[in-house]
Amino acid sequence: MNERSLLSIDDLGPGDIGEVVELARAFEEVLQRPIPKVPALRGRTVANVFFEDSTRTRLSFEIAAKRLSADTVNFTASGSSLSKGESLFDTIRTLHAMGVDLFVVRHVAPGAARRVAGWVDVPVVNAGDGAHEHPTQGLLDLVTVHRRRGGVEGLRCVMVGDIAHSRVARSTIGAFAMMGMQVSVCAPETLLPMGIDEWPVEVADDLDSAFAKADVVYMLRMQKERIFDDPVLPSLREYVARYGLTAERARRLPDDVVIMHPGPMNRGVEIAPEATEHPGAAIEEQVRNGVTVRMAVLYLALGGNS
Amino acid sequence: MSKTGNSTFVIRDGHVWNGQGTEQVDVRVEEGCVTQVGRSLAAHPGEEDLDASGCLVLPGLVDIHVHLRVPGGEDAEDIATGSAAAAAGGFCDLVAMGNTAPPYDTAAVVRSVRAEAGAVGLVRVHPAGCVTRGRNGKDLAELHELHRAGCRVFTDDGDPVSDAAIMRRALEYVKGFDGVVADHCEDRSLTAGAQMHEGRVSGRLGLQGWPAAAEEIVVARDILLAEHCGARVHLQHISTAGSVEMVRQAKARGVYVTAEVTPHHLTLTDEVVETFDPVYKVNPPIRSAEHVQAVREGLADGTIDAVATDHAPHTAERKEEWTTAACGMLGLETALPLVWSLVADGTLTLDRMVHAMCASPSRIASLPVRDSVVPGVPADMCVFDTDTAWTVDVHKLRSKASNSPYGGMQLHGRVRHTLLAGRPTVLDGETVPPGDASMGNRPW
Repeated sequence: MNERSLLSIDDLGPGDIGEVVELARAFEEVLQRPIPKVPALRGRTVANVFFEDSTRTRLSFEIAAKRLSADTVNFTASGSSLSKGESLFDTIRTLHAMGVDLFVVRHVAPGAARRVAGWVDVPVVNAGDGAHEHPTQGLLDLVTVHRRRGGVEGLRCVMVGDIAHSRVARSTIGAFAMMGMQVSVCAPETLLPMGIDEWPVEVADDLDSAFAKADVVYMLRMQKERIFDDPVLPSLREYVARYGLTAERARRLPDDVVIMHPGPMNRGVEIAPEATEHPGAAIEEQVRNGVTVRMAVLYLALGGNS
Repeated sequence: MSKTGNSTFVIRDGHVWNGQGTEQVDVRVEEGCVTQVGRSLAAHPGEEDLDASGCLVLPGLVDIHVHLRVPGGEDAEDIATGSAAAAAGGFCDLVAMGNTAPPYDTAAVVRSVRAEAGAVGLVRVHPAGCVTRGRNGKDLAELHELHRAGCRVFTDDGDPVSDAAIMRRALEYVKGFDGVVADHCEDRSLTAGAQMHEGRVSGRLGLQGWPAAAEEIVVARDILLAEHCGARVHLQHISTAGSVEMVRQAKARGVYVTAEVTPHHLTLTDEVVETFDPVYKVNPPIRSAEHVQAVREGLADGTIDAVATDHAPHTAERKEEWTTAACGMLGLETALPLVWSLVADGTLTLDRMVHAMCASPSRIASLPVRDSVVPGVPADMCVFDTDTAWTVDVHKLRSKASNSPYGGMQLHGRVRHTLLAGRPTVLDGETVPPGDASMGNRPW
């Protein structure tokens, strides 16, 4: 395994995270240039290996790599040899043999990126492994709060929704807590993971009183199909009433609150369309910051030096 | 080495298990039987010595839960490799699970497995008959026909007998010919999609949990059904504190229930899953420390009768990535050193170890009971060198597969010799294939 891999937010300490944030902020200037591109990773090849559908994360990594002048190749499971029964191991080793300098891996299975990292000697960046982690999401969320509020230490975040099945929750909570934010989670008991009492969070029972004290409101995507597989909720209607960021709840939030969502949004479920128009809504900024954060992560992983 | 050609020899200087304790004595084996036990036995002409200094001399071990993968899964294990692994681990008898293709649900399949194992000749293999046809969970297999083909244990292992009415009828039916139903206790409605023990580690890793309650619900049901029918039930690979406590209470009120635990549930905790290495994926899953402590206590106080390996070979292709990986791990070649480690650290007495690996499993499976090395018993023996430390190299194991979770780990204690009805199957750690000139090579 290459030690420059980024598989979990816990691979980083506060100092590392500070470095990524600083570098990401520095790359903002690059994106303002007429030709928003630097030659930092020229001649390097980044493979985006996506075994699970994801348009936005894959494009974000691809744009980030291109802004650094890396060559990019994309592998997606649909239409690939996976459908012919080739194993994950063989797929990765085949790409590795072609001379890839860094793998960006998305997979439906927790631990898949860690497994891949054990099979290659180049860095692997986890772009989401099932319900486990999505470390670049945690970093871009941190940058987003940092830009909005000028710092993050001591800010209070309420994260709402399906914590149990969310890789975003695991990485973003880790990043926020490590940098001194106070995180509370609010969700039905069926959507809280076992052992939440050992996480660096408080569990808030009532959404409205948690919102009243919040600097950051983080709404997680509610997978509608989930309630058909496993009766975690009686109905989406009841979920929205208890845990949705409705128009009315949004009206009560102050202008300087930061409203976040990892996307894609279920408008009208976890977040009302009106809430996305709130002055505090930072959802598009999260996407924008995703590019600079991934530039920073790729740059650091490949030891860029320009 | 001419040792293999003799039918009479003396095992010298071992610490020999006499049923209550050990004595440093010699053991004379003639014509497949132990004929003499005593200090410094005089050498007879033409007789050879087997060195057992620094070794425990135990009855041959019995494993009532083994997957030999035959027929149908020969890419992972076959009878020759599985038998060699068993002999290397000190075993003389195996109960083979029938979740094969085809399964052990007809006498013909059972007889063919027995015949093949007999031809290999390194260990006695006792196929467990299926409870239901095709392991479908619905229709009873022809249990008496399977009994006539040699089956004494009946199980749909790999799957539970989910339907309580089928379980009840199976318990009643085999009672008539002293069979036993062995159940894999898992409420499947609670384990759909489960990947590991449900607890703080599963919550952190985002892997779907397999709750302890899913096992305990079926343990409770099986105990109640056995009690109701006055039948005997055996609970396979129990892994939770609640299961141990229910078995303890059931035994106290006289229910005829027996239970087994695996070496891996005795020695590993669910933090190993943080590596995401599928070698640790097994069903029931590796549990958290409080459950491990409970099964250790249950084994120590006799609540849990037997250690059984649930030896489950899988090819590397089926152990690639956690969520799609097959469940199961190798066990035969590491079982005794692992259980011995619990004796060494004071968790178990030697008496409990011998009972749990010899006498109790043979009773559960209705096999001839081996509980001591004394004159007159058949010479099934495991000579275990307690002083040798070795590092597990998964590629050097006898099993065809290499999915041992103990790879790279140093274990203390290694089988030096194994004797099967007076014939060495392992000598100085090396497999001894049976040949015409071999000792005690007789049908059983």
